[in-house]
Amino acid sequence: MSSPSLVVELHDAVVLVGGFPLLAGVNLDIERATLSVITGANGAGKTSLLRLLGGLVPLSSGTGSASGVDLKSGDLRELRRRVGWLGHEGSFYDDLTVRENLSFAAKALGRPTDDITRVLERVGLSSRADTQAKRLSAGQRRRLGLAWLLLRRPEMWLLDEPYATLDDEGRTFFDQLIGDVVASGASVIVSAHDPLRSEALAPRTITLAGGLVADDQS
Amino acid sequence: MIRIALLVAGKDLRIERRSRVLLWQVLPFGVMALVLCGLALGPNHAGNSSAGPGLFYLVMLLVTLLMINRSQVIEGSPGTRASVATLGLDPAGVFLGKALALAVELWLMSIVLLGGAVLLLHTQFSGTLKALPSVLVIVTALAAAGTLYGALSGGGQGPATLLPVLSFPAFAPLLIAGERSYFDALHGGALWQWWLISLVALAAYLAIGILLYGVLEES
Repeated sequence: MSSPSLVVELHDAVVLVGGFPLLAGVNLDIERATLSVITGANGAGKTSLLRLLGGLVPLSSGTGSASGVDLKSGDLRELRRRVGWLGHEGSFYDDLTVRENLSFAAKALGRPTDDITRVLERVGLSSRADTQAKRLSAGQRRRLGLAWLLLRRPEMWLLDEPYATLDDEGRTFFDQLIGDVVASGASVIVSAHDPLRSEALAPRTITLAGGLVADDQS
Repeated sequence: MIRIALLVAGKDLRIERRSRVLLWQVLPFGVMALVLCGLALGPNHAGNSSAGPGLFYLVMLLVTLLMINRSQVIEGSPGTRASVATLGLDPAGVFLGKALALAVELWLMSIVLLGGAVLLLHTQFSGTLKALPSVLVIVTALAAAGTLYGALSGGGQGPATLLPVLSFPAFAPLLIAGERSYFDALHGGALWQWWLISLVALAAYLAIGILLYGVLEES
């Protein structure tokens, strides 16, 4: 049974893909409305852990819940509606404009498209609203991904290496926005190669190695 | 379901209009294939040959395979797939939307290629016009089956060579019915039995797609 104060509860969580264990028995609890950073070397299981928490890969063995949905027997489609995903490889349709991408997301969720202008201003993409996503720089693509999430307002944000290819200004912007999101009551889980620079965010840092939690520092 | 279907179809058609893959890559390929078919028949046989309908559907098959692959590649980036998955779209609506967009693209393509068949294979204009409704139904069924098999063959992430092999058993009856109805339209035969087969196949593939597309996406 999951605790209401926890957004993530994993006990001996194993994820197998093609017989290979991407996660090899993870035990982890994460409080709601907090920022957690998952670090580790390439292949440590950072992205796999985020995908498990987003309902994008099944839990092979062990028990767990994310955002109140049981990962073993719950409705993963319902879990996906509660989380927002920002991948490091781009998370939208390249041939659509910034505004069209956001409009698609809003309409898919049955929400009004009035918020798009406000969200674009928030992420600093107003001047690029009618630019195709494929013509954006790496930093602007990250901002579009954030705009997509701001529009959706998910309970849990899963950000897969969002700092990759960002300059200092972009990283500072990301830190500020993540801080605001956590303050608003959402939970944010970020995967990154290195711990976050920002001391103001004071995140909990969880280090993975070989598909297991190797270190956990609050 | 219908709302999601229209949303997805609109998105796919907008992407197609923007990228112009259909116009600048698939259409020239289809016309080139028809030209080669016309050359293979030769000037003495083109107008009299009974091969015209079969060659038209052979070209449509090649074009359809390209378009199915394109339709799946739109969703192919892992990041896009994950992001869209978290929107929690109704899979039946996604299937119908993608099939509808593919059908619209194939309707346009088939009209152009039917004109090409009249010009290059010298099929009768009046008979070709008579065959047009059945061609539109057949390509709609191809779009429905193709969307289903596109997801089955990896949804743009699997090897492209898998799609023709997997989809052939589903496409074969449609192509035979299409070829026969086009032939009968040219030579004055009865069309109703081919219409019936085409419509039953279309309904069956739509029903299977609505039921199974979510399962295929999950797998």
